[in-house]
Amino acid sequence: MAVTPAARGTLPDSIGKKFSRFFHAHPGLSIFLLLLLPFLWLGVVYFGSLGALILQSVFQYDSYSGRVIHIITGENYIELLSPSNLDIILRTASMAAAVTLADAIVAFPLAYYVVRYAKGRVKALLYLAVLLPLWSSYIVRVYAWKLILAKEGILSWFMAQLGMTSLLDKVLSFPGIGGPSLSTSMIGMWIVFVYIWLPYMYLPIHASLERLSTSMLEASADLGARPASTFWRVTLPLVMPGVVAGSIFTFSLTMGDFIIPGTIGNSSLFIGQAVLRYQGTAGNIPLAAAMTVVPMVVMALYLVLARSRGAFDAL
Amino acid sequence: MRSNARSPFGLTLAAVAVVLFLHIPLLLIGLYAFTIEESAFTFPPPGLTVKWFAEAMHRADLWSALLLSFKVATVTTLIALLMGLLAAFAVHHGKFLGKEAITFLVLLPIALPGIVTGIAMRSSFKMLNVDFNFWTIVIGHVTFCIVVVYNNVIARLRRTGFSIIEASMDLGADTFQTFRYVILPTISSALLAGGMLAFSLSFDEVIVTTFTAGQQATLPIWILAQLSRPRDRPVTNVVALFVILITTIPILLAYRLTRQDEE
Amino acid sequence: MDERIIAVRFVDVKRYFGDVAAVNGVNLDIYDGEFFTMLGPSGSGKTTCLRMIAGFDHPNSGRIELFGRDVTGLPPYDRDVHTVFQDYALFPHMTVGENVAYRLTILHRPKAEIQKRVEEILELVRLPGLAMRKPSQLSGGQRQRVALARALIDHPKVLLLDEPLGALDLKLRQQMQIELKNIQQRVGITFIYVTHDQEEALTMSDRLAVFNLGRVEQYGAPEDIYENPSTVFTAGFVGTSNVFKGPAAEKITGSSQTFTIRPEKIALHDPEADISDAEVFADGVVREGVYLGMYTRFIIALDLGGELTVVEQNVGASHKLDAARGKRVRAVWHRDFIRPIAEGG
Repeated sequence: MAVTPAARGTLPDSIGKKFSRFFHAHPGLSIFLLLLLPFLWLGVVYFGSLGALILQSVFQYDSYSGRVIHIITGENYIELLSPSNLDIILRTASMAAAVTLADAIVAFPLAYYVVRYAKGRVKALLYLAVLLPLWSSYIVRVYAWKLILAKEGILSWFMAQLGMTSLLDKVLSFPGIGGPSLSTSMIGMWIVFVYIWLPYMYLPIHASLERLSTSMLEASADLGARPASTFWRVTLPLVMPGVVAGSIFTFSLTMGDFIIPGTIGNSSLFIGQAVLRYQGTAGNIPLAAAMTVVPMVVMALYLVLARSRGAFDAL
Repeated sequence: MRSNARSPFGLTLAAVAVVLFLHIPLLLIGLYAFTIEESAFTFPPPGLTVKWFAEAMHRADLWSALLLSFKVATVTTLIALLMGLLAAFAVHHGKFLGKEAITFLVLLPIALPGIVTGIAMRSSFKMLNVDFNFWTIVIGHVTFCIVVVYNNVIARLRRTGFSIIEASMDLGADTFQTFRYVILPTISSALLAGGMLAFSLSFDEVIVTTFTAGQQATLPIWILAQLSRPRDRPVTNVVALFVILITTIPILLAYRLTRQDEE
Repeated sequence: MDERIIAVRFVDVKRYFGDVAAVNGVNLDIYDGEFFTMLGPSGSGKTTCLRMIAGFDHPNSGRIELFGRDVTGLPPYDRDVHTVFQDYALFPHMTVGENVAYRLTILHRPKAEIQKRVEEILELVRLPGLAMRKPSQLSGGQRQRVALARALIDHPKVLLLDEPLGALDLKLRQQMQIELKNIQQRVGITFIYVTHDQEEALTMSDRLAVFNLGRVEQYGAPEDIYENPSTVFTAGFVGTSNVFKGPAAEKITGSSQTFTIRPEKIALHDPEADISDAEVFADGVVREGVYLGMYTRFIIALDLGGELTVVEQNVGASHKLDAARGKRVRAVWHRDFIRPIAEGG
């Protein structure tokens, strides 16, 4: 029984088909067109701005007229080496390091618990519990801490309940980390930074731990290693890339932040605040740009280092 | 590395402590929004009331900030969706060198500290003599929102593979028909999730916006200004609670969507 | 009786997961120096038993003895037993050499000794010179050997292998089966092997245990189990078998005792063929014939109902399958090959 052959190509070609054939015949051009818009946006607008910024950092600034003069000079970078600026840079970098260390220590036990012992719904809920603060408002969370750390706020109240008020005062009187109150001190800032960036450190550590198979840990025990030994020889080395990946975020974010130092800090400046100040009232964009280049360079070096330790596989 | 044993007590305690640490500040805002007193942060709160909600509603500056944030987030999301989709498509389907470069470029705005993006854009605008307006804010936001859409869509595309597209073409559908009947439905949840994340990101952003907004105030900038107005605390608390709710809901939905996809 | 040393002994071992008994009263004696296989389908309890020997799991009741010593509560690192894992479990951050040396590193052996022994064991598993590579750079078969070397390096008393060849393709698997057997005989230690592949079990084992639903249905030497299955399950799991019960059995043998007969013991003759007193027969029609290279498998629809599987070697010219289909035949076999069987299983 013969099947009637279907009518072929009797409908006129639609515009869609014509364009389709064109794309099919010119794959390179099609991709080019696809990429054109995003590339214009990111490549030209964003990347171009970055380039312009770096360019600005080598221009001259005339403080009398408040104008930027388009002459190449290195004086902005030399200005960065002045005692006050160096102070700012070192202060920011040490805070970034302190925050990174604390975040790693705080995030690890939770990640270890969630990956190793939590099951099914509990695991999903805990993961969500970390994700939620990450995406919920940054400014609100900073604001919340301002309230918590305030003199009559919950933390002081809690300390008073525990009878630790004198201890709190002692800590606050420490030079360098203390301040008039928790909400205007280095240590207060450190707590808030640790809180805000914690999810960024948590996620890569969680991902690294997921990659550790149970059989690897069993194999280690099977070959005679006691639990502590297994932890040092197998678990820790395999989690390290995750920790380094997380530290990229905590370091970078702390280096550039001006809101937390502005809200919780005292009068000593951080890099972000310095940049804001230089380009704002003074209009000294070249110096501000040079200052901005510092975290960029630090992060670039950090990324190179992190890459060599395999952190990129953990992202 | 699942273990069927029970977690050591110390570990469970530490884990619980960290989760509490993450969430108590948010819960406190919820509490403070209802406190009766004006300085609004003493603990324990002397009493509870809802009067601040009414007062917040009468603040004109709050409404205009809210409206601006909303408009910016919506427009940003739409543009980011388009850009992210195009870029993800090109990288997934195209055969060309420099794919890694595209991924790097897309990632850069969110990888570099906000201050870098902020000041870079601000100085560019100044150089081009552009006034700070609605669009300068949007342009700033789009640059770091593209990546969330891109990541979601490309992950989905990679999971889908090429065979269903080939099947569609094999059965006679051209590029556009395949896109409409096969590709779009497949990535719709990724687009939705990416869009919601982008919205959240834009709605909440404050660092880059400080540089690109000129005189205008988005909601986060409004809150930032409020930080130096202790008398206004009660209203700020109400707004803070509201913001938490508004950013939490899209996140939960986006999470649900991506989980459904993976199942 | 046997003066052989018992390497591993299970005494009435039971293991429950919730209400389910994964291991439901297992008794086994595994001798020193033998290649012993635990064979069974998934969920039969064989892997759980293996893990209990290693120490990753503990019995709820009963006990396990290693060379006479009760090890029931002992953690894995205190037993002189090592495991080759199904997914190899190689440490990705260490080189092959470091992986293999791990046991000795834990024991704090001197560097020179470690190096020497690593070289020797890599020679034994035929991976010389790969010590500096990382596991990710190796093929599946190579990784499998590294896992083996790592577990063997300090000559443990017992080596446990958890379906180690599952991920390899057929030819490689067959090659590794022979190699594993050779290594075991050279090194002389007890190998306890878990698999669901009955052909593998028959190839490699000195003795094997057939597991089903948490119990050992039968254990002994491969030929014993194959030729004399004690339960319907064993008859069906190890090789193929035909089972006849009650009325059908009576029609063939004259007794209603359930019996089993292996397909290769049956010959197909023309209908009405003469048979001797020592033989029995069943008549039927060829429903299907499958050509399998070395032999052909026939399914006969029997007159008395049911089906008979018959396997004949393709000596000489291959059977003309088209002609065979639908043909009337008489299936004949010797009474000696009839195996009475207990109903259980």
